[in-house]
This record gives sequence, C-alpha cells and structure tokens, in this order.
Amino acid sequence: MLMPATQSQSEIAYNGSMKILVIEDDREAADYLQKAFAEAGHTAHVAGDGETGFALADAGDYDVMVVDRMMPRRDGLSVIAGLRSRGNTTPVLILSALGEVDDRVTGLRAGGDDYLTKPYAFSELLARVEVLNRRASAREAETVYRVGDLELDRLSHSVRRAAREITLQPREFRLLEYLMRHAGQVVTRTMLLENVWDYHFDPQTNVIDVHVSRLRGKIEKGFDKPILHTVRGAGYMLKGG
Amino acid sequence: MALSVPAIMRTTAARLSALYFLLFALCAVLLVFYMTSLSARMLTAQTQETINDEVLGLARAYQRGGLPVLVRVVEARSRQPGANLYLIADANGQILTGNVQSLAPGVIETEGWTTEPFSYQRFGEGELERQRNQAPDQTTPPAGENETQSEGEKGHNAIALVLRLPNQMIMLVGRDLGEPERFRAVIRRALMLALGMMGLGGLLIWFFVGRAALKRIDSVSEASRRIMGGDLTGRLPVTGAGDEFDRLSENLNAMLARIAKLNEGLKQVSDNIAHDLKTPLTRLRNRAEATLAGRQKTPDYRQALESTIAESDQLIKTFNAILMISRLEAGYSSETTSPVDLAAAVRDVVELYEPVAEEAGVTIETSVEEDFAVNGNRELIGQALSNIVDNAIKYSTDATTKPSVRVALQRIDREVRLSVTDNGQGIPDDADRARVTERFVRLEKSRSQPGSGLGLSLAKAIMTFHKGRLDLLPANPGLSVIMSFPARENQ
Repeated sequence: MLMPATQSQSEIAYNGSMKILVIEDDREAADYLQKAFAEAGHTAHVAGDGETGFALADAGDYDVMVVDRMMPRRDGLSVIAGLRSRGNTTPVLILSALGEVDDRVTGLRAGGDDYLTKPYAFSELLARVEVLNRRASAREAETVYRVGDLELDRLSHSVRRAAREITLQPREFRLLEYLMRHAGQVVTRTMLLENVWDYHFDPQTNVIDVHVSRLRGKIEKGFDKPILHTVRGAGYMLKGG
Repeated sequence: MALSVPAIMRTTAARLSALYFLLFALCAVLLVFYMTSLSARMLTAQTQETINDEVLGLARAYQRGGLPVLVRVVEARSRQPGANLYLIADANGQILTGNVQSLAPGVIETEGWTTEPFSYQRFGEGELERQRNQAPDQTTPPAGENETQSEGEKGHNAIALVLRLPNQMIMLVGRDLGEPERFRAVIRRALMLALGMMGLGGLLIWFFVGRAALKRIDSVSEASRRIMGGDLTGRLPVTGAGDEFDRLSENLNAMLARIAKLNEGLKQVSDNIAHDLKTPLTRLRNRAEATLAGRQKTPDYRQALESTIAESDQLIKTFNAILMISRLEAGYSSETTSPVDLAAAVRDVVELYEPVAEEAGVTIETSVEEDFAVNGNRELIGQALSNIVDNAIKYSTDATTKPSVRVALQRIDREVRLSVTDNGQGIPDDADRARVTERFVRLEKSRSQPGSGLGLSLAKAIMTFHKGRLDLLPANPGLSVIMSFPARENQ
C-alpha cells in the first residue's frame, strides 16, 4: 500500500511539504498514516484521542487535519466543532467507519471539509489531503487558470491551448476547471465524481475514465505535449511541461 | 401432570385463584362488618323511638294522677310478656318498683340516654334460668351456678332513657337489645357460608383459568422452547378462536417468519461472501506468492502490486455495497429524504454514462414526460439508476439489431415510473428474472462480465427504502427494469 505514495512522489511535483495532524485512536492505523505521509514528503503528528488532538490542533499550526470520528474521551465531530468555534479554520478530513449519507452530511455540517469512509486507499486519502491543503486552495478566487500553455477563463467559459480555442461541453468544462484548480495534484476518480457530478458513490464501470479520456482527446489532440496525466493506482493529474 | 403443592402454587392459575379468593374474602368480611354496624345503629334508633313513645305515655299518666298512677302503670306494664324495662328508684338509687332486678353500676346516675348498651337482670329471670339449667342435670355443682349467674348478667344488654321526676325520684325506661350472642352467631354462620362459597368459586376459577386458558400459555412456551432449540421453521399453535392467545401466537409467528427470513438472508449473504470474495482473495494471495517466488525485475513487482491494489479496491467496493444494502434493509434514517427531481437524475446519470455507451456502440435515448419530484435521497436514487443503466448498457451489446437503451420517466396513476429498457437478449426465464435482484446472483452468461453481482440488489434495497418497487419485465427483445416511486401528495 505504500507503493503508490512513493510512486506518486516520484511523479508529482509537490507544492511543498505539509504539516499534518492525525487524530486517530487506532495505534496501528495512526502509525501507518504517519509513515505513509512521511514517505509522501509530509510531516505528520499523531494524537491518540480527542482531547490530546484538540490540544495539539489548538496549539500547533497545521496545514491539514485528519480526524477519526469515533474516539475515546472526545469524539471527532466534537473536536472539529470545538476548533471551529475557537476560530480555527484548518481544513479537516474526517475518517469514519460509518459510511451512510447522513454521516457525511453531519460530518460536513460539524465543520469538516471532506469525508472518507474506512476502508480507504491511502492514495485516495493522500490526494484528498493534498487538495485540502489550505496553502494550495488560494486558487478558488482566481478567474483565469493557467497550466502550461493551457488556459481556462472561468468568467467567459472559454478554454484555449497555445492560443487555439477549444470547444468543451458544459460538463467537460467543469471537469477541466476542477483539474486545473488542482493542477499538480493527484485527483482521484471519486473526487471527480463528487466535485463535478455531485455524486458520492462508486460507479460500477469506470465512467469517469471515459469522460477524462474524451477531455484528454480535446485538449491534447494536435498538441505534441501531454498535459493530462494518468497516475496509476490513484487518479489523474494536470501538469504543464 | 402430577404436580406437588408448591409446584401448583407456582402456576399463574393457582396464584390468580388465591389472589381472587383473598380479595373476595376481604370484601365479604368488610361487608358483613358494615352491615352489622349499620343494622345495630338502626336497631338502636328504633329502640329509642319506642322508648320515647313509652315515656310520653308515662308522662301523661304522671300528669293525670301523679306518682301513684305512674307507679301503677309501670307495675302493670312490667308484668306484660315481652315488656320493656321499667324502673323507678328513689333519689339515692334504691329500686322502688319496676321489672329490673339489678343493673350495671352507674347507669341511673346520669340523666338522659345511656351512651352505651348496659347489662341488667330482670326480676325472676335469674331464678328461672337457674332452674332451667339445673333441670336436665341435677348434679351440676355450685360452680355452674356462678357461671349461669355471670352469664345472665352479661347476657342481656339494653339501652334506656333515665329521667329525674319532679320529686327527685329516678325513672328508667329501657328496652332489651336482644341476645347479641345469637346475633353474632347468625353473622358468623353467614360469613362461614360466604367464605365457603368463595372458596369453591376460587377452585372453579383455578380449574377454568388453569386448565382451559393457561394450558395454552404452556403450549406456547413449549413451542417456543422447541423453536429456541434450533427449529426456526416451528410455529406456535393457533386454535382459530381469534382470542388474545391466537393473536399472540399470530404475532409471534409473524415475528418468527421475519427472523427466519432475515436469518435466511444472512446465511445467504455469508455463503455468497464466502464464495464471491474467496475467489478474488485467493487470486490476490496467489499473485503475491507467485511474485515473491519468481525472479522478478522491479517493473514486474510494480505491476504485481498495482494489480493487487486494483483487486483490493474492487473488494472494498464489494464490501461497501454489502454494507450499504444491509443498512438500507435495516432501515435507513428518514432524515435524509427530501424532494428529488427525477428528470434531473435521469439527465445526470444519462450524461454520466453517455460516453461509456458511445464507446460500447450503444445509443441511449431518453423520454421524460415532465418534471417529477419524489420524496427520497438524490444520492441513492442516482446510485440505483446508474447501476441499472450500467447493466443495461452491458447487456444491450449482445443485441441482434443496433444496441440501444431507453430511459423513460412517466407517471401512471399514483406512481412515478422510471424505466430502463435495453434491446439485448434479456432474461427469458421468469424464475431467473426474479432471482437476479438477490444478492450476488449472477446468471451464468454474465459471470464473465465485470461486476460484483450486487448492483441490482442495491437498486432493489434503495427502492424498498423509498417505499417503491423494482420490477423486471421482459421487453421483447431485452429487459425492462422499472423503478416505481409513490407519487408525492401535492402532485
């Protein structure tokens, strides 16, 4: 399981290493996450229960927090709600063994920014944590995204590459917009389904792959350099040459 | 059934009977006491009235002729059989005339009504009783005399009105209250009779309740013991009388049927998990083993690990689907339902699958009559529809004509129907068609297709959650999968 992380490390240009706080009562899982994050080039601190986690989060300056929902002493949602009420805006990814729709809704309502159900693939967790990184999310405000010679104007809904106009369907535009916002980061198929289609289930067939390959055809055909890369075992990444 | 006494007392019938008996006995005793005191009070009131009349008569005699006439009248009346009590005494309490021989001390000292019945003895009565007692048995020792005497003294109770005449003499007019002994005996006899009858009643209750009704409870507990013993097909006896016991048995039987069904489902799932997950797990393990055993180069290791991850991801998906189905079947929280635009769901899912269909050479056409909203969960409906569309695309590829999938949304009466029809080979066999919504059921020809065999089961569980139905109908050619939702009230 550690392989995809190191693999992506070799393939992805990071926008820096992150300081991550993992609040998880399962010792083994926490150690695994710490090690895996380290291999991906990040620093992770571990808190074994909610109280300790709250104290660490309140004192330290973390880029992202990974919080387990069910913990002794203080549950994850209460920790997040407590931090939010103290003005702490650190992005939080909630980990949970419960996977119902309500759980995700309650988790996000409590102040979580993303939600992942156990069992999960580390590549999925890593991709989501990197997207959550608050230093990387400054792009929200930009109106024009540029990756290499590819340019997307969010206001005029136009896309051009090397000054050549590319016509996209509305959904393709949203797909590219999401990929460009997180350029240089791995974006998984479920992240695309969630953010572009607003569905949170696993489609049986890999429908996302087909959409991505269509988009790839439009933005790469006739250009010599590939720009939309497939990260094996993880997802996709848009990266300029 | 031979039962010892403590064993009998442990039965509800005996306990109920004993309880009823005690309650009734208590009631009877209270009733008897109440009646006794009531009649005693009435008797007293009546007696006082009689005495009042008597005193009025005597007062008239006194007015007519003074003390001599009064004494004459008193003497005359004293001698009448069954007479009241009369007594005239001087100021010191010395008895002058009347039919009272002796009185309990202190009775004539206070004027007015005697507050409590007092004991007295008439003239000649003591003698008579003594003679009566001695007559049958002459050898009675003098001790018996005392006994009779004391009995006589105690034996007669009366109430009286004590008056002071103008010349300071005392007059008492009283009336015997009858023999309290006899009165008590009557009551005691009545009480014994009542208690006896109640005892008999208690036995009857025990007999009927115990034998007729509680025996059925025994048969119910007997049957449940048998079922607990492992025979989940066993059912409780229903007599057809339609009484409480039948209703109880029917409810318990329905519960047993539900448990048996759930148990069956659980068993089937665990069997299927064992079967369907064992294969990929074994494959996973063998691949890892083979990679370790061979002399591989780094890229080979990488490839083996990548396929291991892909396989694990598939396993996780399968587990998630199983979990989801169980949760839906166990009753998902209803908080998550809100109006869902089915037309939008159709558009979204068709748009999502359109490229896949195109790659497979399948055309998707949609026919949405109008915008329908149903109460539900957008995520779940989207998931069910995408599973069904996914299947339709897969199975339309073996169509004899140009493969196509048709998604239609229409309203029929109180139902909103969302149908997905392909023109593939369909499922000609009725039994097979009914079976494919069961978990992990994959018909032989589809074994080679990718998928967990949970797509339709999940869709069915989702439809059940929405209080709707999932029907599979032959479309000639092909298969039509219909999701029927109950229409919202205000539409």
